[in-house]
Amino acid sequence: MIEPVLRTEALTRHFGGLTAVNAVSIEVRMGEVHAVIGPNGAGKSTLTNLLSGDLPPSSGRVLLRGEDITGLPAHSISQRGVGRSYQKTNIFLPFSVFENCRLAAQSRLPTCMRFLRPAGNYAEVNRAAEAALSAAGLQSRAGVQAMALSHGEQRQLEIAMTLATRPSVLLLDEPLAGMGAEESASMVALLRQLREGHAILLIEHDMDAVFSLADTLTVMVNGNVLESGTPEQIRASPAVQEAYLGSEEVLHE
Amino acid sequence: MNATRNDAYTGIAVLATVVLALALVPLLAEKFYVQFFAKILIMGIFAMSLDLLLGYTGLVSFGHAAFYGTAGYALALVTPQYQAASFWTSFPLAIAASGLMALLIGFFVVRMHGIYFIMVTLAFAQMLFFLFYDTKIGGGNDGIYIDVRPVAKIGDWQPFNLDNFAHVYYLVLVLFVAVYLLLRVVLASPFGRVLAGIKANEHRMKSLGYATFRYKLVCFVLAGATAGVAGYLAAVQFGVVNPEMMGWHLSGAVMMMVILGGMGTLRGPILGAAVWMLLELWFQDLTKHWHLLMGGFIVLTSLLLPNGLLGLIAGLRRRAGGRHD
Amino acid sequence: MDFNTFLIQLLNGVQYGLLLFLVSSGLTLVFGIMGIINVAHGSFYMIGAYLAWSLAGVTGSFWTALPLAIVMSVLIGLLLEWLVVRWLYNRDLLYQVLCTYGLILVFEEVRSVLWGDDVRSLPVPELLNRSIPLTDTLSYPVYRLGISVVCLAVALGLYFVIQKTRLGMTIRAGASNRDMVQSLGINIQLVYRVVFAAGITLAAFAGMIAAPVSAVAPGMGNHVLIICFVVVVIGGLGSVKGALIASLLIGLVDTFGKVLHLEVGGLKLLPELSSMTVYVLMAVILLWRPEGLFGKKL
Repeated sequence: MIEPVLRTEALTRHFGGLTAVNAVSIEVRMGEVHAVIGPNGAGKSTLTNLLSGDLPPSSGRVLLRGEDITGLPAHSISQRGVGRSYQKTNIFLPFSVFENCRLAAQSRLPTCMRFLRPAGNYAEVNRAAEAALSAAGLQSRAGVQAMALSHGEQRQLEIAMTLATRPSVLLLDEPLAGMGAEESASMVALLRQLREGHAILLIEHDMDAVFSLADTLTVMVNGNVLESGTPEQIRASPAVQEAYLGSEEVLHE
Repeated sequence: MNATRNDAYTGIAVLATVVLALALVPLLAEKFYVQFFAKILIMGIFAMSLDLLLGYTGLVSFGHAAFYGTAGYALALVTPQYQAASFWTSFPLAIAASGLMALLIGFFVVRMHGIYFIMVTLAFAQMLFFLFYDTKIGGGNDGIYIDVRPVAKIGDWQPFNLDNFAHVYYLVLVLFVAVYLLLRVVLASPFGRVLAGIKANEHRMKSLGYATFRYKLVCFVLAGATAGVAGYLAAVQFGVVNPEMMGWHLSGAVMMMVILGGMGTLRGPILGAAVWMLLELWFQDLTKHWHLLMGGFIVLTSLLLPNGLLGLIAGLRRRAGGRHD
Repeated sequence: MDFNTFLIQLLNGVQYGLLLFLVSSGLTLVFGIMGIINVAHGSFYMIGAYLAWSLAGVTGSFWTALPLAIVMSVLIGLLLEWLVVRWLYNRDLLYQVLCTYGLILVFEEVRSVLWGDDVRSLPVPELLNRSIPLTDTLSYPVYRLGISVVCLAVALGLYFVIQKTRLGMTIRAGASNRDMVQSLGINIQLVYRVVFAAGITLAAFAGMIAAPVSAVAPGMGNHVLIICFVVVVIGGLGSVKGALIASLLIGLVDTFGKVLHLEVGGLKLLPELSSMTVYVLMAVILLWRPEGLFGKKL
């Protein structure tokens, strides 16, 4: 059994009286897509925020390759090879598509406290940006201002930026949100390609995509892990059916 | 690619023309105007330094005069009574002093945001103001006279004489161009791009792995040190420093210059500084109560010209020439 | 310091703190409800004081001048909101700061034109111009006690109106969802206008009642404004409790700083650097808690 790259121990987060995430222990392994599903308000986004460092946990631990990264700020976690994409598109609207990725890739320089050389002169940075754009299928839109992109293209850019930081762990929060059928298919194909060489935690509502991609599934309800296992196990589980799958959940938008 | 190269050439051509024109001023104009132009250039440096914070990084500092004043006082305090300080030591010292002050204050304020940041920068600048206003350190509210201007001797050679108003003007002009070019280079560097990213979406920058606090602090220090250049030159020009150099009216004025010209452009604040100084001169001529006119102007500009004069010009151009994109 | 001096300074400090609290309340009321930062808020403190002084001179009575001045402040506030402030909603903070900063200059000059640049004084009204004994050797001016009482009363009244009345509910609703309130048929524009007028009148009122015990001077408004900022920073943005505690702390620190003698290593710190005490306090608190005493964690 391969050691998990990312692991949590009883991770918990309270907001005043509300417990958004309750003692969640999950594992993500290299070369694996671990999907987290559940109804709205189940705590999936909060969980992602806890893993990426956007939110500190109330209790519990997060371990990355055995190192305790609990409570570290987002930038430290990112520098340790964890990339995060957001459910609500979180890009640099005034910049061009290329510049969005370039700035993302630039973060991997040993230091950005460089004041004299033009930013565009760093070949490795440019290459990483171009590679990320190609992977996400946006290379033809490189010069366009991010604000002018369609919603689906902005979602693609969201992923491209995350990829440009060359992470080994990917935390993807509803990458397919708001995408049409064709765009979704490309994104799913991309995610399938990314499986090798990455450990992916995927939050999604699109059940077709989830079941076609996931190696492991965790179902969350009201901040708790209801059940965790292979897609077949989850599909067959009566508890899950009752709580989530059997109901009127949105499959596609 | 050709378009950007053409833009670059145009940019250099414009810059060279402007510098050349400015260089002719002492040869063509009388003392009052030479000194007035020098004043404009000094304010231009000051405004550019604030644009770094305000326009490029999105840090609205309402206490930027603190660093301008620190450099001025640094010169005044190292100048022995009735003697001249050395330019070559006092100038770097003054810049270092402003930079250090910016580091100290920045350490407190840079972790704050929005309205909080505005308030706390103002408060720290006020603290500094009172330090010099109420104590003997800086001669109290009368300030300190710099009886003898700094001397720029290297051995026996004196490249320029700061008692000569034309020399002062050229020193200001050289430093003005140097600051402009340096800031342009820095803004195009990886560091400069990080600042732009912070302004556009600081949250995303953090999640991309940038320790944004550090970059903001360095920016704050850089802006402070650059403001120090202006403050030092002002002290040389006027021969006196007083607590008003750290006062919030000056902080407000320089903020106004940046917005008036068009923030985030570096050229805009220079234009803003020029227009502001000219307006001040004109209003002062019109009435004793010129603050009324100034205040009214500020109110109207902030309401009607959010992108400043450069934004206005760009807008007019677009309408006149039809859309070129 | 003997006990009597201590007691006097304590009461003075509390009184000053409560005045600050009143002014700060106006500032945070406008910012909290309308999202507008009005740096000319301090100018109204000055306007209130000058109004009280000149109206008292005209009518011969402080007690006639006070309500007149209050009414005038409200009118000025309503007019200002209609003329200038309503263009600032949803604008970036920067433009609000600049615009209201321009207003400061305007108000300063108007004051200069109307009332000149000299420092004025307003005598304590006859009715309250006495002292009450606190201990057998010490008595304290009734008027000053009155200021503290009035400030507390106004603050409590404000709390009551905002939290417990329908008007207050409307105001609070307007703060969180302007459009919703509008679609319910409530004239949100009018609500905002009233809130703004109320906010600046709080500052003006503070200036009026403070006038007899402090100088009516040109720079008073700006100084108060900056101290209000320090109150908000120390107390924590959005916390009324924080603002109250911060105001009292500042009032006490500032007052005692002016009378204590402190020398460290040959350096005379107090009372020479008394004007800096408030800012040093702020710096110390920020070192310990960057979000202020009761602010949300950053």
